[in-house]
Order: sequence, then structure tokens, then C-alpha cells
Amino acid sequence: MGAGLRTWLNVAVLSFAFVVIIFYNGMLDGWNRQGRNDTIAWVTGAGQFWHPGFDRFDPYTFQDSHNLLSPEIVSEVEKKNLSPVLVSQATAFPQGRSLGVILKGIDPEQTILSLPSSALKDEINQDNAIVGKRFAESANLKKGDKLLIRWRDKNGTFDAREVNIAEIFNCDVPEADNGQVYLSINNLQKMMGMQNEASYLVAGENNPVKNPDNWIFRDLSFLLADFDKLILSKRVGASIMQVFLLLIALIAIFDTQVLSIFRRQKEIGTYIALGMTRIQVVGIFTVEGGTHSILATLLGALYGIPLLLLINKTGISFGIGQNMNITLADTIYPYYSLKLIISTILLVILSATIVSYLPSRKIAKMKPTDALKGKLQ
Amino acid sequence: MENSSIIKTENLIKRFPVGKTDFTALNGINLTMGTGEFAGLVGPSGSGKTTLLNIIGSLDTPSEGTAYVLGKSISLLTHAQSAKLRNHHIGFIFQTYNLLPVYTVYENVEFALLLQKMTGADRKKAVMDALEWVGLTDKIYSKPSMLSGGECQRVAIARSMVKRPEIVLADEPTANLDSKNSHHILQTMKVLNRELKTTFIFATHDEKVMKYLDRIISLDDGKVVKDEILTAEKY
Repeated sequence: MGAGLRTWLNVAVLSFAFVVIIFYNGMLDGWNRQGRNDTIAWVTGAGQFWHPGFDRFDPYTFQDSHNLLSPEIVSEVEKKNLSPVLVSQATAFPQGRSLGVILKGIDPEQTILSLPSSALKDEINQDNAIVGKRFAESANLKKGDKLLIRWRDKNGTFDAREVNIAEIFNCDVPEADNGQVYLSINNLQKMMGMQNEASYLVAGENNPVKNPDNWIFRDLSFLLADFDKLILSKRVGASIMQVFLLLIALIAIFDTQVLSIFRRQKEIGTYIALGMTRIQVVGIFTVEGGTHSILATLLGALYGIPLLLLINKTGISFGIGQNMNITLADTIYPYYSLKLIISTILLVILSATIVSYLPSRKIAKMKPTDALKGKLQ
Repeated sequence: MENSSIIKTENLIKRFPVGKTDFTALNGINLTMGTGEFAGLVGPSGSGKTTLLNIIGSLDTPSEGTAYVLGKSISLLTHAQSAKLRNHHIGFIFQTYNLLPVYTVYENVEFALLLQKMTGADRKKAVMDALEWVGLTDKIYSKPSMLSGGECQRVAIARSMVKRPEIVLADEPTANLDSKNSHHILQTMKVLNRELKTTFIFATHDEKVMKYLDRIISLDDGKVVKDEILTAEKY
């Protein structure tokens, strides 16, 4: 390469950019995978069938958005392919305080979601409830505590009851936890006066029901749209940082190329005198500059592979996810897909080659006689 | 010297812009050179020796007039055509050798042949032959930085001769060499001139070179002031 230390400094900076880009995107992909998997496991299942009027973000729709479960649906519920959920607004009074909550009636026998619903099996006529860790902490509840809840039934009549906190579960999905109180669906149906009704149905992986009457299917792209937008916004922010990092490396390569062409004018003149066309000489210098990226990829692989594998094994713990109200696991394990690695290698090689080509174009305009004399142009 | 003409210039003029005016480096050069000549362009600095050499080597083009090399008008050649002419038919020897520092002696000599897409075996034979002519077969793995000035220039001669060109243009080839090395280099070139019938054209003001020349073309202020053919075999 002829530029010695400068070349290796460029290669080092470019390899750092290469490794950081893979690491950062690997973290985002890892977060995305964990977040999606957790949300599917705790909230969405493989998809949901909603009452046409139901909107999970609008509690005012809950009161009127419920359908009777047809025999076909009941049959699939028994086969664990569907799980009905009845939703209602309510107010909880933990230790005399008033908290707005969402009551969710779920099937204690369901296995589609990871919720510990078996704890809702009504033993000795207790009204069992399960809540998440976040809610339990905010309401200062412990397992075995009693929680007074007040709700309005389908006729608008207020009623109240104490429920027993049978289980407190820990999950990374705020939507499954914050302000959510889970009861047995049979209990909630009785409390609401909505026998055999549900607001939505959670579908399992093998659900055969496609278009049941009076239900609208919401697929994962719809149910995870907010999470996807969150990841996308983080990705855009990360891209800006990565572009700056790459830019620093590319400016260094550009600078080296300009200097190299200036210092090696005699060599360029000699190439032309030996019978190379100017385009061929431009090609030599472009490939030489592009070689920075190949070396950077190799160097990056040398220290990046062990480093990234270690992080992939140990994960990175943020310890703030529970307080941020976003789906973020305590420990994120980065995920380095083949697509990510190949696209990053291509990005680095392509950008370094383009940056090497730009100053090399000057060669095409050089007079060989001046180049041979080493005259500054 | 043989009669067939391989270089011909007609009223050749070359001007270079200097500030707002033009400097006339060549002013109406008319020359004819034949196959196998061992000729020198001599004259003081600024007389136009190197400019004429560059035009003959298709590294530059005339401002006016015509230069024919191997029957081709230099002015009418495209970049690719002039590159092909240099690659196949013209060898260059420079004052500062201009060897590629990262390549070995062998690779420096081989470089010109790589552009000709010659097969590996033919290339190796041609390179070894060329290095044998200049007596450097024992230095094939050496880098230019490990060679003396005389050895570097011998590599440059091998590089210029390896493709068996019709014309070799040497710009002050002995300017950086001591007397002993200069004579060695010139003797080598003279032998190659005789054996391969290659036309050698020198740009020089070195008295040592002039002693070897068969023809001395004296230039001054861009004009041919004397064209002397020396028939006596001196070496």
C-alpha cells in the first residue's frame, strides 16, 4: 500500500466503525427479537380476533365491545387454539388509594399466553386475581393481599368486590402489566352480566379459525405496530451515529488517497509510460483505496468476532426497562444476522471504494509528462 | 543504420502556456529516423530534447505539425491507442529509473508484459531473457531499494526491452550514474541495439553518451541546428 502507518490507522478506524455498526444494529435486532417474542408470548399470541368496536387504546370502547362465543369458537377454546379475553374498565383501591385499572377476564386453562392463569382457578370460592410486578409495586401489593375493585356492569350499575392477589408475575411487556388486573373470565362474565361473551380472542399458533362472524382478525404487524415504530425510531437515531462514525473513517481514506496521488505522481506517469490507460491507473488506485475496506473487514473480524460473541453470550444489562414503560428486557442479547453482517461488509467496502475513486478521477486529467516530472497539479 | 523510417516529424511545433503567454519548446522540427538507429538529441537545458522525446513516445501531442511513429500520427491517437502503442512498441528509460518500489526486480520487468496478456510461461521466459541481457538474473527477488543506481538503471533497461519494442526512448539515462556504470549501461544498450535492431533515441547532454551515438541531433531553442550522422563503428 505504500502509505504504512497511515494505511493502518485508516484500517483501524474503519474496522472500528465496522464493528460498532454490527454491534449497535445487533443490539437493536436483539431487542427487537426479544421484544416481539415477549409481546407475542404475553399479550398478542399469534394474532387476535377483535369485536369490531374494540380498541385496546380506547377504554371507552370496552363497555360495548363484546361478542357471544359461538359453538365453533368454544370448541377451539377447548382445544386451546383460541383463548377468549373479556375487558372492562374498573377502579382499584389499594390501601385506600384509587387507581384506574383494566380488568381482563382470561381462561384459567389457557396455554397460549405465558400469563400464570392457572392461579385464577377459583378455590374455596375465592375471587383470585393475578397482577404484574410493575403494577404490584406501584399499588404496593403482595401475593395474598386483598384488593378492592369497583366496576360497572353491562347495565351501568356500579358494583365492588375484594379479590385475592393469587400470583404476581414478572414480564418485560408493560402492556401485559401496567394497570392490568387479570381475573377468571367466568368470574368477570358474571360480574359484568356478560355470560359467554368476550371482547377479543387470542389465537394460538395452530388456530384453524380464519374468519369467524362478528370478529375482525388483527395480525401481528397490526398488534406490534407501535413496537416496530419504536425500534424504527431507534434505528434511525443509530443510523445517524453510524453515518458519522463511517464518515470519519471515509474522510481519512479520502485524505490518504489525495495525498497518495499527490506523492505518487511519478509512479502514475510510469504506469502510463509503460502502456496503461488512464482508466486502468484510476482502477489501480481505486482498488488500492478499496483494499482499506477489505483489511478493515479482516481486522474487524479479528477482534470483533470474539468480542461480539462474548457480548452475545453474556448480554448487556440495562436495568431500566421496567421503569421506562417500553418493552425492554433487563438483559439484551444482541442478534447478529447474516443479512446484517453481509450488508455491513458491503456498505463498508462500497463506501470505501467510492471514496477512493473520487480523488483517483484526478489521474484521468493528469498530463503524463507532468506526472513523470512529479509536478503539482 | 537501416533506411526504413519509423519516426517522422513534419514542421513539429509544441507550445506550453507560461502565465499569459506561450513558451515555444519545439519550433518546426523536421526529422526522420530509421530502424536500428542509435541516435541522440543533444542540447542545453530548455532546448526541447525531452519535449520531442515525449511526443515521439505519445506521452504528449504536438501543438502544430505532425509526428508519425510507426506510421501512426500521434495527434490522431486516442488515449487507448497511444497506451497500446507505448505498451507494445515503445520502451522508456528515465533519468531517475522510475522503478515501482514495492515490486521486486522480476515484477518490475514483468509489469509491462502483464498488460499484454502474455501467458505465464512466455512471460517468465521473456523476463529472464531481459534480465540476462542486463546481467541481473541473480537479483530477481531484490527490491529496487536494495540495488545500486547502476543496477536500477539496468532493471529499467530490462523493463524497456522485455517486450522487444521497436523504439526505446531514454531521457538522460546516465545523469545519475558514475562513469563506470554509465559506460556499462551504454554498452549494454549498444549491444541490444545491434542484436535486436531496436531504435534507441537519447535525450542527453552527457559527453559519455555522445561517444556511443551513431547520430547526433543538436537542438537549440526548439530547432534542429545540426544533424550529424557518425558512420564509424566506435564500440
